[in-house]
Amino acid sequence: MLEITNLHASVGDRPILKGIDLSVQAGQVHAIMGPNGSGKSTLSYILAGREGYTITEGAVTLDGRDLLAQAPEERAASGVFLAFQYPVEIPGVSNATFLKAALNGVRRRRGEKELDAMEFLKLTRVKCRQLGMTDEMLKRAVNVGFSGGEKKRNEVLQMALLDPRLAVLDETDSGLDIDALRIVADGVNALRGPDRAMLVITHYQRLLSYIVPDRVHVLAHGRIQRSGGKELALELEARGYAEFGVDEAA
Amino acid sequence: MTPDAEDYSRLTPGLPWLEALQTEGRRRFADLGLPTPRQEAWRFTNLGPLGRLPWRTAPPGSTTLVPESLPSVVPAGGPPSHRLVFVNGTWRPDLSSPGALPEGVVLTGLASALTDHAGLIEAHLGRLAAVDGHALIALNTGFLASGALLALPAGTVLERPVELVMMGAGTDAERPLAWHPRVLVVAGAGSRATLVEHHVSLNRHPGFANLVAELFLAPGAQLRHYKVQRENPESFHLATVTGRLQHDAGYEGFLLTTGGRLSRNEVRLVLDGAGATVTLNGAYLVRGRQHCDTTTLIDHAHPRGTSRQMFKGVLDAEARAVFQGQVLVRPGAQRTDGHQLHRALLLSDQAQIDAKPELEIHADDVKCSHGATVGDLDDDALFYLRARGIDRDCARALLIAAFVNEAIAEITDPTVATAFEALADGWLTPG
Ligand SMILES: Nc1ncnc2c1ncn2[C@@H]1O[C@H](COP(=O)(O)OP(=O)(O)O)[C@@H](O)[C@H]1O
Ligand SMILES: [Mg+2]
Repeated sequence: MLEITNLHASVGDRPILKGIDLSVQAGQVHAIMGPNGSGKSTLSYILAGREGYTITEGAVTLDGRDLLAQAPEERAASGVFLAFQYPVEIPGVSNATFLKAALNGVRRRRGEKELDAMEFLKLTRVKCRQLGMTDEMLKRAVNVGFSGGEKKRNEVLQMALLDPRLAVLDETDSGLDIDALRIVADGVNALRGPDRAMLVITHYQRLLSYIVPDRVHVLAHGRIQRSGGKELALELEARGYAEFGVDEAA
Repeated sequence: MTPDAEDYSRLTPGLPWLEALQTEGRRRFADLGLPTPRQEAWRFTNLGPLGRLPWRTAPPGSTTLVPESLPSVVPAGGPPSHRLVFVNGTWRPDLSSPGALPEGVVLTGLASALTDHAGLIEAHLGRLAAVDGHALIALNTGFLASGALLALPAGTVLERPVELVMMGAGTDAERPLAWHPRVLVVAGAGSRATLVEHHVSLNRHPGFANLVAELFLAPGAQLRHYKVQRENPESFHLATVTGRLQHDAGYEGFLLTTGGRLSRNEVRLVLDGAGATVTLNGAYLVRGRQHCDTTTLIDHAHPRGTSRQMFKGVLDAEARAVFQGQVLVRPGAQRTDGHQLHRALLLSDQAQIDAKPELEIHADDVKCSHGATVGDLDDDALFYLRARGIDRDCARALLIAAFVNEAIAEITDPTVATAFEALADGWLTPG
């Protein structure tokens, strides 16, 4: 479903991704692990369509369609969802306004009927409750004054509403205590399904005991250095990234 | 610009004091001429394009047809406002609906008020808006032909808003019309009222509105004064608002500007008694080649005065804006608390803003601050919204609305806040 072939990308004239190959089938969950600065967020931003990166080589397709040619909002409608490592705060825009605009934006592009205010609220309330979120969080400005856990839950809520084909979770575990982590992981696991692929990006193994991956890839120096089954995560946890030429203490 | 001597129309003749005032106004204007950028207060706003047009003072007795639905902040079907309608500066009783007013309240066209309330008008007209040294006030005074009078006896509370609907309807572009209305508000001790001004154009012809307002707030009076100017992009709109607050009086103003080729709101308020409070906020949204000037002077002359100002500006294309905010704290105005904030969003590289905050403090026990920022839309926020499926234009509109609504949310009258929010939204999603 997702095919990344020989992807090279730079910021300015600095190469960051140096030839990534990755193939994820529908129904699968792949983990990408790697030390800080290895290019994990860069890869996830490039998939979502953020400006500021130059693709110098390679291609990315989703369901056979070129992803890199699409605007971010087109990718959202095509089914790409990025759960941000640092969800953005947007003062003055209520979470409900934002979610409704997002949901209807995606539905319009997908040729589905837009939801009216009542239908939207009904749908959102149910999803909120599943994630332990209050109605009050819908009234507040997007992510403003949200705790780390609330921000991540808000990301999962958006994912549940937008029903993506490919979910990319960038360090969804960072800054979460164990209870929040469990709630977020349960929310993500509930969305696993035969039609959906997931890319779970993380530095630590911890998240992967809650969201168990089918495959694990190690990203270092802008390349996938090694791939394996879920046991690779445990191995990395025990031995660190030293064998990939990365000294984490530095 | 040379006002045509045969062309002007004056208020009711036969009042020597008024004739003298108008003569003085014309004489002063002849001396002063239009302001030029050589004057400090007009450094960033050039009235050259205004001066080059062959203006003609609008004749009284306009019978221009107007659309059936007039602008209003109150929702249709609900209790109506007290409304006065003006076309090209002339009061149109046939279109106005002042409604039932509490005992003693006067709300009428200025010219007709001269018959019954000449004493009240003589005691106030020109007392705050002095003709000496201020060309636009001199021009307005000299060619004053109409306007509105709102007088509130002590202790009166007007529950529903007063609305002044001022519509421009030029006849041709060759001889564009100018009008010089005066708004006079005399608010007795402890009285309360809400005054809303709508300035709109009925067609595409240029017009020149040169307004002067004089606001007298007796001790404890509370005036909410909201204005929206959305004239056509050929028009010139210059407004000079002067106000005096006696002790414990309160003024809450809001200036919403989306219209005009060249506009200026100059607001000069004196806190002329202890414990007076001023809130003066605004938002302007301009594009094309519009020029929008906001100039404020808050004069803290007595102790324990409070002033709060928040202005938000959005500039697209080649629009230009000027913000000059002066806060003056006179000797003896101890425990003054004055804050001013101006934030502008530049949506294009060609848009330009000149901001000049100015604090002048002559007392030692005061709290005063000002802040000014000029920026662009937040790229991270824009990407976040787009990554969720919100298309670029819609995402931009959401962010701009959020920026502007922070100021509009300060409007304490919820009906007006809702109406102004809708007007700002209308600018963001034209058509
Ligand atoms: N916008 C940018 N400008 C300059 N350098 C960047 C930018 N984004 C990322 N980088 C650099 O690219 C490398 C990879 O960053 P990132 O993708 O955030 O890593 P990770 O998410 O794995 O920690 C880092 O060295 C980082 O400093
Ligand atoms: Mg990262």
